[in-house]
Amino acid sequence: MTDIPGNLSIRSIGHNRFGPMQYLVCLKGILVREGLRYLHQRERFISSLVRPLLWLFIFAAGFRQVLGVSIIPPYQTYVLYEVYITPGLCGMILLFSGMQSSLSMVYDREMGNMRTLLVSPFPRWFLLMSKLLAGVAVSIVQVYAFLFIAWFWGVKAPASGYILTLPALFIAGMMLGALGMLLSSMIKQLENFAGIMNFVIFPMYFASSALYPLWRVQEASPLLYKICLLNPFTYAVELVRFAFYGKIEWISLAVVCGFTLVFIAGAIIAYDPSRGLVIKKQEGGNN
Amino acid sequence: MGPDVELKTIHDKPATDASVPALELASVSYSYGRRQALDNISFSIAPGRFAVLLGLNGAGKTTLFSLISHLFATRNGRIHVFGNDIDRRSGEALRRLGIVFQARTLDLDLTIHQNLAYHASLHGIGSRETDRRIHELMQSIDMSDRLHEKARNLSGGQIRRVEIIRALLHQPSLLLLDEATVGLDIKSRATILADIRRLVAEKGISVLWATHLIDEVSHADQIIVLNQGKLVANGTMHDVIKDTGADTMNEAFSRLTGIISLNAGGRL
Repeated sequence: MTDIPGNLSIRSIGHNRFGPMQYLVCLKGILVREGLRYLHQRERFISSLVRPLLWLFIFAAGFRQVLGVSIIPPYQTYVLYEVYITPGLCGMILLFSGMQSSLSMVYDREMGNMRTLLVSPFPRWFLLMSKLLAGVAVSIVQVYAFLFIAWFWGVKAPASGYILTLPALFIAGMMLGALGMLLSSMIKQLENFAGIMNFVIFPMYFASSALYPLWRVQEASPLLYKICLLNPFTYAVELVRFAFYGKIEWISLAVVCGFTLVFIAGAIIAYDPSRGLVIKKQEGGNN
Repeated sequence: MGPDVELKTIHDKPATDASVPALELASVSYSYGRRQALDNISFSIAPGRFAVLLGLNGAGKTTLFSLISHLFATRNGRIHVFGNDIDRRSGEALRRLGIVFQARTLDLDLTIHQNLAYHASLHGIGSRETDRRIHELMQSIDMSDRLHEKARNLSGGQIRRVEIIRALLHQPSLLLLDEATVGLDIKSRATILADIRRLVAEKGISVLWATHLIDEVSHADQIIVLNQGKLVANGTMHDVIKDTGADTMNEAFSRLTGIISLNAGGRL
């Protein structure tokens, strides 16, 4: 480091590279900030729990007699509808949380906070991945809080299931979070987020195996069945469902991993300044 | 090497080369669709200089800042920060930049310390070094007692001062401030200007201060005037006044931006 007149430190004219420790510091900072924001928004935590619990306590109880669930893998005996729906509700938490993260990115962009992230000297892909990881970490905490309450409701998995569910939740959470990130790059204003609810979250949730087994769907509507098969959320739910019983559903794993990579690549391209997709929309009218 | 230790430096140019400009723009143009926001802008700022980018609203100041801070990619022309191309070596260039945006960017739900620590982590600065720098900088603006208050409890002027401190936290060599005093009362504006001038004198960093307020150009080493996306003046205040044949900076700015002709037309 050399000083020039005026006390200016010119580390500047050199080529600096961040080491692994700096990358870890940056990742930790983003994780801590996301965690703090989550803690500051208690209503967000409560609503993230209330939504699936309402489905479990009320919807599932009401539909228990209406919807019969035959013995299909991974189940080895007849199960109550509450048991069937629980992995779908875990997926629901991940889905809503992923979209909530994208909502917060749109909010950050509108409020200007996003710029502090984007002008960091770390590579853009690393910043976006860190943000994604932070969002997934928060959503996994929500899922385990839900599973804890569901345990008292009689929805219990083998002990190994609770452990194996963690990587399944992580991969599924990454896929849905990356989708949310990609969508956030396409949303011009916060108000437009309602469209995401109607055109992404609800169709993804209802046209999947979260609420009813696919054989039931096929009986009712072959077309809807095909749509469910094309829906990546179906595979996220099945991945979690099998993991809940200590099993790996390889097709679901492959599909979820594939979509995760596609969505992450899409989000990185969308937030690339050379594409300018995000900022251009916001700044279009500025000086 | 721990995170608290300074980053290693691999020099690709002589480190003692003080002739490298802090900021250099060469033929930079940018357009939003058909609307030309910047048209062939070229200028440079020497290290340790306080430069003011002066222009009316809509002149292209924010677009220029977005290009310099790599929020937009430079499609036409080149931008170098201490010799680093902002598009090709964005990481190196951004490390040297401290940026205060026009919009407020503090997270209002977090404390001042949490906001500053977050920024430090985005520059890879470890927690011990972060705490040391935060205390030192907050002390320099007499706000250390507010460190653990939520940002939403601060006034507009205080938020701005914290944002300036935040921009200095990673010890940049060039500070960009985009309309940093907009919406503030006279006292807050004076405090912020005094803070910046003192920090610049103490740390010797270069500053590019964008404003549309003519009274903020006094004491500037260099004045760059933008009008409708074009660079219409670049030099010391004396040069700008002389080149326009005006008697005061106010008059020079009016001539450069066409306000006088509007007056002559009777519309103002």
